[in-house]
Amino acid sequence: MLNRQGRPTGPGEAGARAVTTFSGNSGLSQDEPLLFEIGRTNVTGVDLEEPKSPGKSRLGKLARRGGIGIPGLSEPEVMRHYVRLSQMNYGIDTGLFPLGSCTMKHNPRLNEKMARLPGFADVHPLQPQSTVQGAIALIGELSRWLQVLTGMPAVAMTPKAGAHGELAGMMAIKAAIAARGEKRSTVLVPESAHGTNPATAALIGYRVVSVPARADGTVDPAEVRARLNADVAAIMLTNPNTCGLFERDVVEIAAAVHEAGAFFYADGANFNAIVGKARPGDLGVDAMHINLHKTFSTPHGGGGPGAGPVVLSEALAPFVPVPYVVADAKGVRLVEHAGEPGAQPFGRMSAFHGQMGMFVRAMSYMLSHGADGMRQASEDAVLSANYVKASLQHVMSLPFGDQPCMHEVLFDDRWLEGTGVTTLDFAKAMIDEGFHPMTVYFPLVVHGAMLIEPTESESKHSLDRFIASLDGLARAAKAGDADRFKSAPHFAPRRRLDETKAAREPKLRWSPQEARKEAAE
Amino acid sequence: MRYLPLSDADRQAMLARVGVADIDALFANVPKDKLLSGLVDLPRAKSELAVERELARFASRNVAAGAVPFFVGAGAYKHHVPATVDHLIQRSEFLTSYTPYQPEIAQGTLQYLYEFQTQVAMLTGMEVANASMYDGSTAASEAVLMAHRQTRRHKAVLAGNLHPHYRETIETVSRMAGNEVVALPPSPTGVEDIAAAIDKTVSCVVVQTPDFFGNLHDLTDLAAKVHAAGALLIAVFTEVVSLGLVTPPGEMGADIVVGEGQSIGNALNFGGPYVGLFATRQNLVRQMPGRLCGETVDKDGRRGFVLTLSTREQHIRREKATSNICTNSGLCVLAFTIHMSLLGEAGLQRLAATNHANAVALAEMLANVPGVTVLNETFFNEFTVKVPGKADAVVEKLAAKGVLGGVPVSRLLPCKPELADLILVASTEVNTDEDRAAYVAALKKVL
Amino acid sequence: MTERFTKDHEWVRIDGDVATVGITNHAQSQLGDVVFVELPEVGRKAAQGDAVAVVESVKAASDIFLPIAGEVVEVNGDLTGQPALVNEDAEGKAWFFKIKVSNAADLDKLMDRAAYDAFVKENG
Repeated sequence: MLNRQGRPTGPGEAGARAVTTFSGNSGLSQDEPLLFEIGRTNVTGVDLEEPKSPGKSRLGKLARRGGIGIPGLSEPEVMRHYVRLSQMNYGIDTGLFPLGSCTMKHNPRLNEKMARLPGFADVHPLQPQSTVQGAIALIGELSRWLQVLTGMPAVAMTPKAGAHGELAGMMAIKAAIAARGEKRSTVLVPESAHGTNPATAALIGYRVVSVPARADGTVDPAEVRARLNADVAAIMLTNPNTCGLFERDVVEIAAAVHEAGAFFYADGANFNAIVGKARPGDLGVDAMHINLHKTFSTPHGGGGPGAGPVVLSEALAPFVPVPYVVADAKGVRLVEHAGEPGAQPFGRMSAFHGQMGMFVRAMSYMLSHGADGMRQASEDAVLSANYVKASLQHVMSLPFGDQPCMHEVLFDDRWLEGTGVTTLDFAKAMIDEGFHPMTVYFPLVVHGAMLIEPTESESKHSLDRFIASLDGLARAAKAGDADRFKSAPHFAPRRRLDETKAAREPKLRWSPQEARKEAAE
Repeated sequence: MRYLPLSDADRQAMLARVGVADIDALFANVPKDKLLSGLVDLPRAKSELAVERELARFASRNVAAGAVPFFVGAGAYKHHVPATVDHLIQRSEFLTSYTPYQPEIAQGTLQYLYEFQTQVAMLTGMEVANASMYDGSTAASEAVLMAHRQTRRHKAVLAGNLHPHYRETIETVSRMAGNEVVALPPSPTGVEDIAAAIDKTVSCVVVQTPDFFGNLHDLTDLAAKVHAAGALLIAVFTEVVSLGLVTPPGEMGADIVVGEGQSIGNALNFGGPYVGLFATRQNLVRQMPGRLCGETVDKDGRRGFVLTLSTREQHIRREKATSNICTNSGLCVLAFTIHMSLLGEAGLQRLAATNHANAVALAEMLANVPGVTVLNETFFNEFTVKVPGKADAVVEKLAAKGVLGGVPVSRLLPCKPELADLILVASTEVNTDEDRAAYVAALKKVL
Repeated sequence: MTERFTKDHEWVRIDGDVATVGITNHAQSQLGDVVFVELPEVGRKAAQGDAVAVVESVKAASDIFLPIAGEVVEVNGDLTGQPALVNEDAEGKAWFFKIKVSNAADLDKLMDRAAYDAFVKENG
């Protein structure tokens, strides 16, 4: 007998109908309400023991009277809520993330595991120093590695992010100038700099003077010299710069700056291109922050936490902020206050001792790579960027001509002229292709900038797929298929969002009153 | 090298496509004499196992808080964090994503930022909160700068019982920016006349509650005086769990509320990374530093979230920005939000009640130790005790007996010999009856 | 009533000793959606060329410079709640502020409509 039971196993006869679901979900892609729309204020997902028999309250008259309004969820609900949110995000682990200047390289999970060792994660910053000798020693060891890699004699470890490191470096410069009995009020910043540079200089009272780029995208020492005088405190120069180019006259610029009695602050955001290949200390740098979350792969985590140690030259070393690590015959110790011989700390950047969790991850990265692996990583990053450049320069346009780039390649939008497609449209179409867009409209000195940083973490196969997709998109744009771009992205959790509405009618939180009002409408 | 996918054959093929003979041709802009020919003087690559061994050696030389009776606070607190939190923050799509510049593929990050902003606003009793600062101390420092911008004055008054690290952080930036700071002297019993320092040139008063010594403060009268002088009141907290039980600064007239959020969701981490909370009133939002997430709709009319009011920020305003901050504490924010979503109001209140009850129990026990005095009238989960002799020596001796008994005030205020006999003692939900008994027994022995 | 324009794309209309200032239609079209206008305080005195107000789009903030020296006597409060007005009626309802002119000679340095149109055409 024929047994006709069981499910059909072919694909069936597919209809062409687009389906709108009743749930609002589309299969694996699930929409998720706000926590406040699903939680209840009387629910908690944490089983807490009954508080000890309450002794006499010591809150005085300050016991909270009203409710708070924060809803809770049971543990399975929390799990689902945040897993669904995570599925609306693109990460390095999802695919190629060529965000120029941001260095989205692989985040090894060993680093996460190490940072969670109780001996690092479960240690309080104000325990007696005798109980945290390993933690202090690790900060000392990481400092040593950073000094060797940069060729600089000192490092301030406490800044909490790149911009915070810039602030520390510029404050050290200001303190050093004051110690000389001078007052200088101007800082030179090239036009192509990150916005943090002028913002940092202005924060501590400096007047910012802009330095233009020359035709090849680098800074002309003559332009620097023309602006140098006895009022200039420092130049803030990114090297490799934000156009992805190594400043070929960096040594000459440093010499001119020093001759004028000023300091050379290097923005180390792009240090990842030259680790193990060149040392900032050899180039005349006085201070440079290192974004551990870029160069040494501590995770970006959707916008932090970062860590921004700043290496310092001999001239700036005495001004390192507290706390700092000293190693001597008695072992290692943290110096938490001014008053040590030879030191003139300019102050304190924040509470406690810096981003220890990030230090452990960076140390884990460095130990894993070693001197050889870090040099190879820099070379691979540079090679990959040049490979992308060589593969796409025939369909896209280079703003500064055909010259080798460092770890990132910068295109402009001249090649899109007349297509009706903008840099932003092109970026959004990349989302449909399964890639994170490159950095767009930065640096500001290039029209419609597209800054691509593939990093050393991509295989050749991955780079080739990326190149083929961009090549295809570029050809589609030139062939007049503007619609594909204008309406992109099509395959993302959301279509393009109305940023004008968000800014004109800022709604920055959920509120019960507004929710009730909307429900009534 | 396990992290580098390119093979030598790949590299050769890629160099050929680029059209150069060797990799150093791509480094042609580096001055010849500055290009390193060999390796720097550091060890070679190591296996995962070897790295684990090496780092474990460092870790093993530290006493973990969970391994001993633990009562250390002063701005960072040991709390239990549910396992769910750490699992979720390690999801690839959270851990390895970037600042949400492409909102269509970053709704996960943006939505949790929006939820975080709402939670922080509710907790502090304020109208709006930003997407976080580096930590409580830098949040406080940014709040002072914000008050200066808003009032166009340049003098801050700091209460004497502000955490000394916070004071030093504010003083450092203020000195560098040419702003004035009046820092009042510390007062362990919490009695000080802040109002006397206010005049029409003051932009803001910064006051902490619970303060550095653990005392709670009603800010209502102070707020009225600050406002009468045309200044802003900045309220600081270092223990966010306290807000589960005490009156929030927003209900006492604060204009800006900043604090440390580490206690919720985040480990001690030897001091960082932590998460700075920053909340204010709606009408001050354009002077606020840091990232802000806002609600909007997409092209199809579906609700979505974006970073907004970005013109305040460095990448647009450059030297006219409200702050130079760009990275904040994204993943620590996520940990905070997940833990807070698990707790909910009910859980947070219970957690806070347990903290308070444990601290009250400990304070009573310590007060009965001969020679020891508890100075506080009021406190939440941390208080100050006076011991005979030098507090730092007592704390060291306690550590030798396996009890981490608190922070000697002299560690943070070494220039105040009159405070050298004070210890800050914190007690949270992690402490047991055994822990408290061990503390009292050890203290009796070392005194 | 005299109407003049600046190279920073502001328009000025003089009525007696009071000048009304706004940004040109060309400027609003270049800025895109205006989301916020920061207006000066009434009573503020400033010189020609001083930055006294800010107009913001989603992605940019642009300073508004005082076209002629004077004291701010009135600001257009409507712009606070309805920044979109700048896009809708830049040279009409969306005036920014009025100043009491302290140096009428400043006016000579500005362009008339024809000169401004030519300036815009030339500079794209």
